[in-house]
Amino acid sequence: MTATEPTTATGPMIVPSFDDDEQEGRKLAIICSKGNLDMAYPGLILANAALGEGVEVHLFFTFWGLDMISKAHMDDLKFSPVGNTAAHMPQAITPMPGMTTMATKMMKKSIADLDVPEVPEFLDLIKASGGHMWACRMSVDMNHMTKDDLWEGVDDIINASDFIVLTNGAQLLFI
Amino acid sequence: MPTTTINGHEVAVDDEGFMTEYDQWDEDMGKALAEAIGVEMTDEHWKAIRFLRDDFKAQGETPTIRRVSTAGGIDTKQLFVLFPKKPAKKMAYIAGLPKPHGCV
Repeated sequence: MTATEPTTATGPMIVPSFDDDEQEGRKLAIICSKGNLDMAYPGLILANAALGEGVEVHLFFTFWGLDMISKAHMDDLKFSPVGNTAAHMPQAITPMPGMTTMATKMMKKSIADLDVPEVPEFLDLIKASGGHMWACRMSVDMNHMTKDDLWEGVDDIINASDFIVLTNGAQLLFI
Repeated sequence: MPTTTINGHEVAVDDEGFMTEYDQWDEDMGKALAEAIGVEMTDEHWKAIRFLRDDFKAQGETPTIRRVSTAGGIDTKQLFVLFPKKPAKKMAYIAGLPKPHGCV
């Protein structure tokens, strides 16, 4: 009788393909153009998921999206149900005083209940996971801002041409 | 449900190869699983794997990278160094646990 030595696989071992090369070269660029709380999340969640799959991720903050990375606003994004019929409430009451605050509070709670972080912490997570973050030159200029006004995790302020060059071959997502 | 042989033991796995029975795992198996996907285990690697095992037992689900970082105390950047490209999935595989369900 031959003794069977314990080895890594004495029989067929089903090994998932963590094919690091499979996603090699895959690039995802997400343009974040919105400043409302609800619209801040899709970009962040997808960026985080892509990074967790080994994809190179670039986030480009433009227009209202600049609020997501501006020191003055990033921890105070709001959600307003005005004009948003998916908020499932009579539109007539949506502009009433206090509605934005209440809707924002409710949304924040729903998100926190899932243990999903708030925007600044989420950005830190994405940065730590290797995401690249860019601010739009034109938006920064329009708002008379400088790099100092932006969250320190921003890689740089770039213009549209830079962005086009940067995202050569990348999958693009506009939010 | 398929089975496979890891380190001389026959264990239950899903179609992708992730172990499905919590109690069938032990650290020797973890080492074999890591070898199979090209991860060389150090104390730091083990710290993460042990956290995953404990947390799964306590919470009933595999922690996401964020939870490994906030509750497990291992820097996110470091997780990408220890388990390159797909840290959450690699850790789950080595720890004999299912892939995490959570999004963040």
